[in-house]
Amino acid sequence: MAQIGYSKKVMEHFMNPRNVGVIENPDGYGKVGNPVCGDLMEIFIKVKDAKIDDIKFRTFGCGSAIAVSSMVTEMAKGKTLEEAMKITRKDVADELEGLPPQKMHCSNLGADALHDAIKDYWVKSGKIKADEVKEVEGHEGVSCPTE
Amino acid sequence: MSGIYLDYQSASPVDPRVHDFAERYLTKEFGNPSALHSSGLAAKVALEEARAKVAEFINAESAETIVFTSGVTEANNLAIRGTALRNSSKGKALLASAIEHISVLNPMKDLKKGGFDLALVPVDSTGIIDLVMLESLLSKETILTSIMYANSEIGTIEPIREASEIVHKKGLYLHVDAAAAEGRIPIDVQNDGIDLLTLSSNDLYGPQGAGALYIKPGMRIQPVLFGGGQERGFRSGTENLFAIVGMGEAARLAKMEMEGEGNRLRGIRDELIKKLLQIDEAYLTGHPHKRLSNHASFRFSRIEGESILLTLDAMFNIQVSTGSACSSRTLEPSHVLLAIGLKHEQAHGSMVMTLGKHNDPDQVPLIATAVSNTVQRLRALSPL
Repeated sequence: MAQIGYSKKVMEHFMNPRNVGVIENPDGYGKVGNPVCGDLMEIFIKVKDAKIDDIKFRTFGCGSAIAVSSMVTEMAKGKTLEEAMKITRKDVADELEGLPPQKMHCSNLGADALHDAIKDYWVKSGKIKADEVKEVEGHEGVSCPTE
Repeated sequence: MSGIYLDYQSASPVDPRVHDFAERYLTKEFGNPSALHSSGLAAKVALEEARAKVAEFINAESAETIVFTSGVTEANNLAIRGTALRNSSKGKALLASAIEHISVLNPMKDLKKGGFDLALVPVDSTGIIDLVMLESLLSKETILTSIMYANSEIGTIEPIREASEIVHKKGLYLHVDAAAAEGRIPIDVQNDGIDLLTLSSNDLYGPQGAGALYIKPGMRIQPVLFGGGQERGFRSGTENLFAIVGMGEAARLAKMEMEGEGNRLRGIRDELIKKLLQIDEAYLTGHPHKRLSNHASFRFSRIEGESILLTLDAMFNIQVSTGSACSSRTLEPSHVLLAIGLKHEQAHGSMVMTLGKHNDPDQVPLIATAVSNTVQRLRALSPL
């Protein structure tokens, strides 16, 4: 039978989101989406010994957007930056026991926001130059098909 | 049903009196109304009684003006496709308000692919159609104009009599989708000047699976479904007797009880609107007073409607609906909210509450507290 509605895991993260909030003076910051599209998320990271020491998020969006943000912060926390860069949208969706098909794109922005935060840190710390950001892997696709 | 149900516009419970009245047509009086034996004749009698009740409900000229369908979508398709295809030699232009239900707009868009012209009458920020634009968009070619009696997403009641005068002054025809309005405001097809009227069973607390199209005597219309020629040839297919008999009884009860129930719900609704508008950056959508007695619709800045719906359901056991893009199959925000001039990001924050039988005044403070907490909770998560 096709999945009906959201998985228990999605609802659990939606109702009890982890790592909500803002980090003042973050080492890295990523923001993806657009309120016009209905989903906007931002991720803040603190880095220590090349690992994600602390991570917070804020999200405007539907149930899956909030659950995805919560899940990706939980998956990334404590990982090395290289490991965290390898987290894909699919990994996040899988950890959430799946997302409805129409939510796979618009609302599944957590990995992109995380990757942007890491790249921001790499730019700030001089590992890569600002103009090299686009060459670093990260975004998997168009997040907002409308407008 | 546990919790507080506030989504009567999407689905309503069958009135137990309707259920008891119609139940025997599922199990005992199950004959086919087209059959000539006694079971068939008994079914035919029940079918015609239901037709008479529905006709009386809208003050139709006769019972024969009522064609039963499987529901609103089919009635709207029959009205639009049936009129367009039958009258295409006279003209190929269709007109509809910009806030019609998709079961009106989509058949029209489909006809457009087949060579018909389609124009949409704009509405103002409260959802009332622009009558001046209506008049200017009508031409001799306009074989059908569709304007809904009231809108299910924003509750706004349209000036049907004025629209009808404009359409009829030009010798043209008006289709009215009354699915949201029926049972809330009295409908009189003769006084209102309506040529085709769509009705739903479930919106009257009748069973799902039945609807009706009123066809004014003299209207030229062809069927959409072809087969055995039931419903005077306008709608082939064995009648859904249980649902139709239930619809008839629901219409009879609605005619008697509509006014009292409407006043009761209006009181609850007004209190609900008053309470919810106290929330920071909460706005009413639709018309402040030309709105359905059971209808309260809002938008909240900086948060998204599907999240509101899910939180109210999971935390407070309160069921509402939303016009947010995230809850739709297309991921586009509601065309109704865009037509009243909301920006995409505003439309995303929509929440619709439609009241019914099982709501009472005691629920208002609970709902208000739940919505207030939900909005606060989601805004705490929001970067906006």
